[in-house]
Amino acid sequence: MTQIGSAYIERYPEWQNGLPGRNLAWLSELRADAFARFAERGFPTRKTEAWKYTNLAPLAKDVFAPQTAASGKMPATVPAHIPDLGTAHRIVFVNGRAESDGSTHNALPKGVRLMTLGEALKEAPDLIADHLATDNKPEEPAFLDMNTALMTEGAVLTIEPGVELEAPVHLFFLTTDAAARSAMHLRNLIMAGKGSAATVFESYLGTGKAEYWTNVVTEIRVEEKARLHHHKLQSEGEAAYHIAMTLTKIEDHATYDSFAMSLGGSLARNEIRALLDGSGIDCRLNGINLARQRPHLDTTTTIDHAKPGSTCNETYKSVVGDHAETVFQGKIIVRPDAQKTAAHQLNRNLLLSDEAQANTKPELRIHADDVQCSHGATVSELDEQALFYLRSRGLSENAARSLLTEAFVTEMLDDIENISIREALRHAMADWLAGLSGTGGQA
Amino acid sequence: MLSTFEKLGIPLKEQEALAGVAVDAVFDSISVATTYKEKLAEVGVIFCPMSEAVANHPELVKKYLGSVVPYSDNFFATLNSAVFSDGSFVYVPEGVRCPMELSTYFRINAAKTGQFERTLIVAEKGSYVSYLEGCTAPMRDENQLHAAVVELVAMDDAEIKYSTVQNWYPGDKDGKGGIYNFVTKRGACRGRNSKISWTQVETGSAITWKYPSCILQGDNSVGEFYSVATTSNHQQADTGTKMIHIGKNTRSTIISKGISAGQSQNTYRGLVKILGGAANARNYTQCDSLLLGDRCGAHTVPYIESRNRTAHVEHEATTSKISEDQLFYCNQRGLSQEDAVSTSARKSSRNCRSSLPLRPRN
Repeated sequence: MTQIGSAYIERYPEWQNGLPGRNLAWLSELRADAFARFAERGFPTRKTEAWKYTNLAPLAKDVFAPQTAASGKMPATVPAHIPDLGTAHRIVFVNGRAESDGSTHNALPKGVRLMTLGEALKEAPDLIADHLATDNKPEEPAFLDMNTALMTEGAVLTIEPGVELEAPVHLFFLTTDAAARSAMHLRNLIMAGKGSAATVFESYLGTGKAEYWTNVVTEIRVEEKARLHHHKLQSEGEAAYHIAMTLTKIEDHATYDSFAMSLGGSLARNEIRALLDGSGIDCRLNGINLARQRPHLDTTTTIDHAKPGSTCNETYKSVVGDHAETVFQGKIIVRPDAQKTAAHQLNRNLLLSDEAQANTKPELRIHADDVQCSHGATVSELDEQALFYLRSRGLSENAARSLLTEAFVTEMLDDIENISIREALRHAMADWLAGLSGTGGQA
Repeated sequence: MLSTFEKLGIPLKEQEALAGVAVDAVFDSISVATTYKEKLAEVGVIFCPMSEAVANHPELVKKYLGSVVPYSDNFFATLNSAVFSDGSFVYVPEGVRCPMELSTYFRINAAKTGQFERTLIVAEKGSYVSYLEGCTAPMRDENQLHAAVVELVAMDDAEIKYSTVQNWYPGDKDGKGGIYNFVTKRGACRGRNSKISWTQVETGSAITWKYPSCILQGDNSVGEFYSVATTSNHQQADTGTKMIHIGKNTRSTIISKGISAGQSQNTYRGLVKILGGAANARNYTQCDSLLLGDRCGAHTVPYIESRNRTAHVEHEATTSKISEDQLFYCNQRGLSQEDAVSTSARKSSRNCRSSLPLRPRN
């Protein structure tokens, strides 16, 4: 037990009173069990293989109390920062609390429900009981358990079988300095029924310089033949901690397409566990870490092929400048009977400065023989020949470097089908790249 | 004891006559015979059991022993450092190209025992040596432990080529008995332009944990690792390498081929670490795994850590069974299914086998 774990144990009884759903016996039991598991193990350390490259000491140095009191309103300056996704259905959370201003989730088509977790626990507790904390568990569940024990809010999206939702659903999480020194334990649930289709955009924005902690778990179920596009933008405040875990269970002939861009926070981890619990599944996990100044950005994925005949493709890239550090851990598991699996993974890292560091650990665990699996990983600076080519065409050193860096990352956006989300991501990326040349990271 | 080697098909005398190879035989951690010592001494090469080296060349042993693998390195290295009784010692003086292959045969004979040999090879400035080790053990139902430590030191412009054919008893078809092969092997490229090359063929042992590594300290130094690991029945092989790039312009190549069959598990686990000062370092890693049968496993776990932007690290890995097209082609040319499978499996490991000093018959 780490020392910090014990501080959480001491404070837990006091926090319990502010948690939603206290009237639900099953939930209280679930929370108590989860907390007991967390209390037994504490925070993972670097001796835990899944956390080998991410040191949680900065996060664990102090206790972050869960944000249970009512939050302030959305600051007037914020709406300008909310990506314009046209006709998107939006649900807004400010400092971990649902905020009706700015939320536009009332005019949803028939068969689609979008609620806050608080609402769902009141109106449809059985739905939550059926889908919360299912069997798709990560290797190291400390933060999942803590989240189950302390979750206060989040978005719940259900799509009935056969319903195709055209406009994207935007889950928007804003944190301001009013949440300084506190933790937002958020829990999102997305259930895409048989044959349904939807696009979800999850975005996190921090406007201040204060330290806070977002601990979010998103549980997703993609039923038979459903298609779910799931995009995420992590743009937390510069001193923020962002620990995110997405647990997706995918059934026969369904499509799960995930793209995550991380560029904020001082220590951030985006962990995805995709359980391919069927045949004919098309699973795509892609993403980019953009790290400059001093952040530590970690992407950890597990793709678990439990049944025969599914396909996964995974590409993650990192651009690392200044004193930043990135991590990619990508595990692909093919279970003994998951024959005819095709799994391909690529991780590329671009180092822009002498102090930057990239760590990568692609991992294949194959227990079936009739499979096609591969992975590739590279770490390097920009290609000298490409630079020379552009220089010979009259571009300055800086212009050539910017262009090549931009090309390295923007191609990742090409596969995003929804135009407004793609543009929102492109915009965030352009801002980041512009900041890069300003910091001299490429000198 | 020599007759035991005869029985095993390792006739020392015959081998030396055929190939001109100097052989040191280590039997339950005790060196029993070393050949060609005099001839090697003419050019100044010292090749002798560790027990003799400690007595005759204490200054050399003291200087280098434990300098690459400290006794505190890991549990089995500590155990070895505490109890090792023998092993091979090789010292190649400045500018000498060792005139023949050096070779050691290890054999674990006594039941329920461990073998803890210690090998130390020092190649002085501008020298070259190629060293081959082979291992066998009789079949027993109990497990035996092999916890060796091998240290290599290459100075400026020196090259050490270290090859292993590991064929310890793997246990029976139900996984009973066999050797636990927990070995620490590490080479230090201390000098500029030095080179250390590890080649290994791993076929035996119930469980193997082995990561022959290179610490590339000297500028322009080169590390290589070629490995073929085959597992069957209930064997477990967990092997790979560590390439630690410290000096400028250091280069490393890792080629690993794993073939698993039966209910065995075959893992490549390796680290490529580029430190801040390793400007223009290069690494290329390729790991291919072949699965024969649907109850075995093949795992690839590379770790890459880069702290220098001018370094280039590339890793690629594939896992599959033998391609139907290849088998069909072989069948169509008249090869039986069994021959077709063995042809394809042999082909996949060819790159690595060609770097062995004594080319095994196909």
